[in-house]
Amino acid sequence: MARAPLVSAVIADARRRPRVISSAGPYRRAWWRLRRDRLAMLALAVAAAMLGISYVVPLAITIDPFQQSLRDSLLPPGSAGHLLGTDSFGRDVLLRLIDGGRVSLTVGVAAVAISLTIGGLIGLVTGFFGGWTDRILMRVIDVKLAFPGILLALVIVTVLGAGLDKVMIAVGIGGIPRFARVVRGSVLNTKGELYVEAARSIGASDTRLMFVHLVPQVLGPAITIATFGLATAILSTASLSFLGLGAQPPTAEWGLMLAEARRYLRIAWWLAVFPGLAIMLAVLAVNILGDAVRDALDPRLQTAGD
Amino acid sequence: MIPFILRRLVESIPVLILASLLVFGILHLVPGDPIDAMLGSATFGIGSPEQRAQLTAQITAELGLGDPLPVQYVRWLGNVLHGDLGQSYIRHEAVGRLIADRLPSTLELAGAAMLLSVVLGIGLGIVAALRRGTALDGAVMLLSLGGVSIPSFAFAMLLILLFSVTLGLFPATGSGSLDRLVLPALVLGYEGTGLIARLTRASLLEVMGLEYIRTARAKGLAPRIVVGRHAMRNALVPIVTIVGLQVGRLLAGSVIVETVFARQGIGQLAIDAILAKDYPVVQGVILLTASGYVIANLLVDVSYGFLNPRIRAA
Repeated sequence: MARAPLVSAVIADARRRPRVISSAGPYRRAWWRLRRDRLAMLALAVAAAMLGISYVVPLAITIDPFQQSLRDSLLPPGSAGHLLGTDSFGRDVLLRLIDGGRVSLTVGVAAVAISLTIGGLIGLVTGFFGGWTDRILMRVIDVKLAFPGILLALVIVTVLGAGLDKVMIAVGIGGIPRFARVVRGSVLNTKGELYVEAARSIGASDTRLMFVHLVPQVLGPAITIATFGLATAILSTASLSFLGLGAQPPTAEWGLMLAEARRYLRIAWWLAVFPGLAIMLAVLAVNILGDAVRDALDPRLQTAGD
Repeated sequence: MIPFILRRLVESIPVLILASLLVFGILHLVPGDPIDAMLGSATFGIGSPEQRAQLTAQITAELGLGDPLPVQYVRWLGNVLHGDLGQSYIRHEAVGRLIADRLPSTLELAGAAMLLSVVLGIGLGIVAALRRGTALDGAVMLLSLGGVSIPSFAFAMLLILLFSVTLGLFPATGSGSLDRLVLPALVLGYEGTGLIARLTRASLLEVMGLEYIRTARAKGLAPRIVVGRHAMRNALVPIVTIVGLQVGRLLAGSVIVETVFARQGIGQLAIDAILAKDYPVVQGVILLTASGYVIANLLVDVSYGFLNPRIRAA
């Protein structure tokens, strides 16, 4: 017997419902999409492993990465007790790599936190209120964008002096415009939405509108920028250290290790190759993750190409 | 077209003024006395503290460092507009002279790197797009991801290890000859090559799916004509943008590449000046870089107009 059209529609709808993920928020769904991306999971595993090793190993072993032993200087990789060889002071390269990983990752994350907090707030406020503050701030950011790459970081480090903490601040400030831009754009797109209007009409304050209603929407693009920002921050930190403006000896830091390796390039290739590979692996993993996070958070962004 | 160019030209003036203000402000509002830097090496341990104080006062008066900052800024900007970038505190030479001496070396390097990344990047991008999904495509994409992931100084050292130390093909340091240009240009151009290849691939794939390409194919045009004349012209718009952005990247990147390969260029000059707190030189180099960047982006905007007439009207 044929059912009435309305009834069958209801049944069909009920059958479909389990596939509509109504209870999960957009971020949980993004995480599900991300988990299906094998390359991204591999990258996440590599990044997590590097983070884990660089924080846990120093606790577990008693050998000191600063321990000098001039008799064992410049031992090639594979020497007894020194898997990746030793540097000119006889310090173990592997241990210094691990120690340096902690430095690079900590400085990178801290720098991104600085740019995210300040840039995000600027973008949120200027995007929400608009007007002359918006115009002035966006002009200033245009100017900042006219300082390419590490040039601004160089100037800031000049002013503050060399050192890892200063590099952290410099790299953090350098990242502010990108976050401000992206968050502002996202706020501009969202603040006209009906639900924001509804919240306003029942008397929500500006602060509540911004932090309760807009922030969750803006978070997605911000997470994407933050992931790529981490890769950039690790690179910038290493670059500044390489130029002698960041970490100072005897700190084990990847960029600084490479700078020190220059003098021994002809006789000790391992001093240059391993820190170089370490930076590359870390940045590559974070970059791949960034690509995947962007795609997972906004599937519409996936172009025919990628 | 002319009004469009003029309007963009006028719009870039405030950006340049703000940039100069920012550089001037940052370098002058902070502790760290340039006079100490000037006197440091020359008079270390010579003379009494009184003599030193007297000398400091004399230099302060001569350079006008005691004047209010806005006065110093206007004076500096006025001189800049007359083509005078000031005197180096440390080298006792005109900043313009110092920059002019080193500019050719940097331009040579940046030009070679740019040429490399545009030719190689677009070429690889087209190949990857047309052979989408093949091992070749994968290799190109991996290569391009490497470009944004390996720091230039690490890449430079690996190249020196391979081509100078092991194979002995190219000299590791110095400038002036073509064989000394190969490795630095390769390093400086690699990141751009990767970015351009990636973007060319994505952009071309997007355009290749459009209706007018199908029409061109259906007309029986050779694939070379379809890709070269029809598809690439549209695909070029985002590529031109990233090429414009490369100008800034190259100028900043030259700081590191020139350091690794010991080339006497603008980047090296900037690092030396920064370490020595030689403000006029730092200001000059940064102003030059920012101007180059603004001009490059202006050219990009203008080229949009040629590539896509609809933008001219907007």
